[in-house]
Amino acid sequence: MSDDKSAAAYWAANVRIIKICLVIWALVSFGFAILLRPLLQMLPLSIGGTDLGFWFAQQGSILTFIVLIFSYTWYMNRLDREFGVDEE
Amino acid sequence: MSQFTLNLLVVGGSFALYIAIAIWARAGTTSDFYAASRGINPVVNGAATAADWMSAASFISMAGLIAFVGYGNSTFLMGWTGGYVLLALLLAPYLRKFGRFTVPEFIGDRFYSQTARVVAVICLLVISITYVIGQMTGAGVAFSRFLEVDNTTGLLIASGVVFIYAVLGGMKGITYTQLAQYCVLILAYTIPAVFISIQLTGNPIPALGLFSTHAESGVPLLTKLNQVLVELGFNDYTGHHGSKFNMFLFTMSLMIGTAGLPHVIIRFFTVPKVADARKSAGWALVFIALLYLTAPAVGAMARLNIITTIFPAGTTAEPITYDERPDWMRSWEKTGLLAFEDKNNDGQIQYYNDNSDEFASIAAERGWEGNEMVTFNRDILVLANPEIAQLPPWVLALIAAGGLAAALSTAAGLLLAISSAISHDMLKSVLTPNITDKQELLAARVSMAFAIALATYLGLNPPGFAAQVVALAFGLAAATLFPALMMGIFSKKMNTQGAVAGMLVGLLATLLYIFTYLGWFFIPDTNMLANSPDNWLFGISPLSFGAIGAVLNFVVAYVVMRITADPPEHIQELVESIRVPRGAGSAADH
Repeated sequence: MSDDKSAAAYWAANVRIIKICLVIWALVSFGFAILLRPLLQMLPLSIGGTDLGFWFAQQGSILTFIVLIFSYTWYMNRLDREFGVDEE
Repeated sequence: MSQFTLNLLVVGGSFALYIAIAIWARAGTTSDFYAASRGINPVVNGAATAADWMSAASFISMAGLIAFVGYGNSTFLMGWTGGYVLLALLLAPYLRKFGRFTVPEFIGDRFYSQTARVVAVICLLVISITYVIGQMTGAGVAFSRFLEVDNTTGLLIASGVVFIYAVLGGMKGITYTQLAQYCVLILAYTIPAVFISIQLTGNPIPALGLFSTHAESGVPLLTKLNQVLVELGFNDYTGHHGSKFNMFLFTMSLMIGTAGLPHVIIRFFTVPKVADARKSAGWALVFIALLYLTAPAVGAMARLNIITTIFPAGTTAEPITYDERPDWMRSWEKTGLLAFEDKNNDGQIQYYNDNSDEFASIAAERGWEGNEMVTFNRDILVLANPEIAQLPPWVLALIAAGGLAAALSTAAGLLLAISSAISHDMLKSVLTPNITDKQELLAARVSMAFAIALATYLGLNPPGFAAQVVALAFGLAAATLFPALMMGIFSKKMNTQGAVAGMLVGLLATLLYIFTYLGWFFIPDTNMLANSPDNWLFGISPLSFGAIGAVLNFVVAYVVMRITADPPEHIQELVESIRVPRGAGSAADH
């Protein structure tokens, strides 16, 4: 990459998507599964005899993590091509 | 065929497979030895990473940890998987682009300082050596349990096998054996779980069974479990009975610690491209999740199974008598991991929570004089699963091979991290920079042999604190290596002084906090404060301190960086180059 502006823009776009992913990462684990669990318990939702917070703590967060990593990978592959920094 | 012969055949067969792989995947160069010449398919690397990551603790102990606490110990599930998001987003792609062989190598080169390199080597050695002790003792226990040899012989056989494939094949040999070990351990873990799930809920997928209806009672499995636990004076399974703050901090420490463990990070140096490093982290988590989604189901179902076995007519009715206990209890009593004591001499087994004040009056009313299942080692849950579910003997043999695969695959990854830190970072980079590739390869093999000897010695003479060291390893990885690596990538201006000060403060603060409550070097009775929530600083448990150590590291590094000189121009250019994927192929041949 020769153009400094394009390098800065590529990095800024990367940092932005990282921030979005980390917000979701924290929301499903520290949020839904731990700190916000009392809020989820007030919802009239029940899964297998318990609340959504318990599901997020034991399964939902892990499933979300997997989706997050593959989404990030897909997005970054597109970004790499867009900025011409992908590997041949 | 007897159970013993079957165990011997299955375990022996799996070992023969590992050795055959080692002979096929010999290492010819240092690039082979340290990074499998960066030719590993990202999906294969994902499976190898999963085996590398899932230790004897994940395989044998995790289901039990969750079973006996319930919701509160979901921290392990989230903490040990959430770290992979950090790895994929913040570290793996850039470290792969950097294109070297070890974690201290990145820290030393990026912070243009031998001091930084040596501090990183020290952190790596403390983390990896404490971690490997648990794997070696785990392998020894699995051997003595299933193959009727004594602990020492078992440990020596295990070391011998690791020696063959790690010294011969280095990273290349370790990668392909880890792939095979992943297949063995995941089959061993899921087969009994599927049968137990079918028996209890009719659902063949344990992760779904956990949230299904309990076939016998017609209510959801978790509702049934909560009900029987409360009826015996225990805390309910799905409720939280601890501090939310510590649950948050502990999960955070495990996540950051996971992302900072050197033996996991170096696995991402083996793939051909930067894009592969991202993808590989995703696959690693898929393979890990296959076990981690099954483990909480195994935990909950096994706990319910034990209670319904002891109270066949319901927890409000009479329990079974001691003479009626099932065969698996009889066989595990012989190991001492399960023990009963008839405290009120009525011949029955009363299993309940005798620490609950509220339940004491009910217990007294029923003529109970204390919990009579006096010992129940939580590791039994996974190991005895095939017997509890009355599965054929070959499943038990598979569990033996699976437990060994989990311990050996993690041990091999750790040993490689240790030996490459010695041969590559200490010898090649600091002490004897002029050695040739051939000499370095020999040095790497000798260091590996030395690391195996050390691990075997520590496995035979475990320094009585094996249980606490895992907390230490995660805490230190979180407080030292992770922040240094992340700042090296995300801050162009971070300099030697900042990084070294940050790592040292993170290291010392975490050690000091853990030693204050758990004793200096874990020696009993040398702790300065009792390890109880009233004494903890702001109520922070020593196990959860890694996240605080990481924050201290970041803050100190930032402040020191502001008052010292900027890094040289070529270092800032280096940071710019690792941020873009193009050119990773050429970096591979460096």
